[in-house]
Amino acid sequence: MTTSTKTESVPLVELDDVSKYYGNIRALEGVSLEVRSGEITCVLGDNGAGKSTLIKIVAGLHRHDAGTFRIEGEEVTLANPRDALDRGIATVYQDLAVVPLMPVWRNFFLGSEPTKGSGPFKRLDVDLMRTTTREALLRMGIDLRDVDQPIGTLSGGERQCVAIARAVHFGAKVLVLDEPTAALGVKQSGVVLKYVAAARDEGLGVVLITHNPHHAYLVGDRFVLLKRGVMAGSHTKDSVTLDELTRQMAGGTELEDLRHELERPSAT
Amino acid sequence: MSSTAPPSDGLDHVDERLLRTTPLKKLLARPELGSVVGAIAVFAFFSIAADSFLRPASLGTVLYAASTIGIMAVPVALLMIGGEFDLSAGVLVTSSALVSSMFSYQMTANVWVGVGVSLLVTLAIGVFNGFMLTRTKLPSFIITLGTFLMLTGLNLGLTKLISGTVSTKTIADMEGFPSARKLFASQVTVGGVELKVTILWWLGLVALATWILLRTRFGNWIFAVGGGADAARAVGVPVYRTKIGLYMGVAFCAWISGQHLLFSFDVVQSGEGVGNELIYIIAAVIGGCLITGGYGSAIGSAVGALIFGMTSKGIVYAEWNPDWFKFFLGAMLLLATLLNAWIRKRVEATK
Repeated sequence: MTTSTKTESVPLVELDDVSKYYGNIRALEGVSLEVRSGEITCVLGDNGAGKSTLIKIVAGLHRHDAGTFRIEGEEVTLANPRDALDRGIATVYQDLAVVPLMPVWRNFFLGSEPTKGSGPFKRLDVDLMRTTTREALLRMGIDLRDVDQPIGTLSGGERQCVAIARAVHFGAKVLVLDEPTAALGVKQSGVVLKYVAAARDEGLGVVLITHNPHHAYLVGDRFVLLKRGVMAGSHTKDSVTLDELTRQMAGGTELEDLRHELERPSAT
Repeated sequence: MSSTAPPSDGLDHVDERLLRTTPLKKLLARPELGSVVGAIAVFAFFSIAADSFLRPASLGTVLYAASTIGIMAVPVALLMIGGEFDLSAGVLVTSSALVSSMFSYQMTANVWVGVGVSLLVTLAIGVFNGFMLTRTKLPSFIITLGTFLMLTGLNLGLTKLISGTVSTKTIADMEGFPSARKLFASQVTVGGVELKVTILWWLGLVALATWILLRTRFGNWIFAVGGGADAARAVGVPVYRTKIGLYMGVAFCAWISGQHLLFSFDVVQSGEGVGNELIYIIAAVIGGCLITGGYGSAIGSAVGALIFGMTSKGIVYAEWNPDWFKFFLGAMLLLATLLNAWIRKRVEATK
């Protein structure tokens, strides 16, 4: 990131023709996407479309088998999640974002705990951890009652928000969100999307995995459609309408067939 | 955990949605509460049932019995918080004592050499447990059951092979024995009461484990790998290294216990230790450790061990048949677990 023009031209994350196989199963083939600073790239697809595989490659949990994976222009193969984190890619998972029994502040710093003192007296800086957690959450607009409560007592939406705030706080450049709105109600989904937009406004590149085109279209700048492990479409916001996105997502003709199948037989 | 108030810098305003928590309620939220209530009940019961129970000398004996269990209950509790079991912990104590004794005797070396070799061997067995667990991803129950059986066999087999009998030769007359005995099996007199040095080891280990759990990064990771290993791994916690470290902790404490066994009796019976692993686990569970991991405390394990000590010796002082010990133990385990579950539910409901 030497000049501003360079950041314009080099995406934070770029996948080019990436494939992944599990034995003889083709989980993902020929998928390309790019994520830029201050933009949201949505990955849409039905169950089994390869969304999880894609996210695991970007997060460093799996390695891709073919194609190129570039981070800020540099070609990489991530060794593990720690490697991805060190390169500025933070992933928030739908169900395993946090450890439910641990207090909010311990969760917030998990894996990156600040310490003070040295030698045998090196210890967690508990006061700093508590106050920083509260500050960082407030900055994202989350006003938590008590950072000492086990995070499992928060609602699903609140937990996602804490995880997003954590990623922003630790200086992530790219935020990967796995179905953040899947298990949430309408209102909670709105709250989460608000924090996703807040992260974008902080200058992060966001990858939003979802099967809800309505949520994606609300915040997305780029859309990648996956179907049975291959790309079924790639759009920017100005080249596609919500209806078009929804139709492609639902599988167009497949939905027509389904309508016929489900029609009441009383007509005959 | 939340005893020190954070500095007031404007950020620590009290939220109006928070009801004021009384110190009592904070106390109720601690994992070891159920066991403390149980310990008080057991203490009261034997104070009434056994006349000699309250004598200083009796209390020294009770504390000694508690310490021998407590030294092992501490690392076993940490391991359970980390989400794993160690069924080999009981016989590992015997193995550690046997290695120490036989190495010194056969090599006619200073007993401290044997003590050192024993530490290395015991730690290696701990690493083996942890390594097998993280490599094979089999349940720790199976892995350590395997180690348990192998060690039981090795203890008997090797001792018979080397010493010709099921027990080791005495090393009491060997070089270094008095100083090693001082460290592992001496006694100090405090206020007219004879206290075994294991009580100091025990208290020291509890303090150390509590510090590690609540105030170090490693402690944070222990809670995390037990409460959600996948989530921990995703944020960069070295899950495997944490688990191997926990098994090494068990091994280290097994070494302390083993050396105590050796230096208090001079000889070691190779068949000892079988069944003790369950006692350690029970002490940890009574102390509030969640059997599924992610929750518990080192202090709780100490209280669990104390309940053990009081019950086993209290029955003797009450001049009952010691057969009743096991019955009491089972009842205690059930009651403490139920009480823990009930308290946790109540506390979470009031939050």
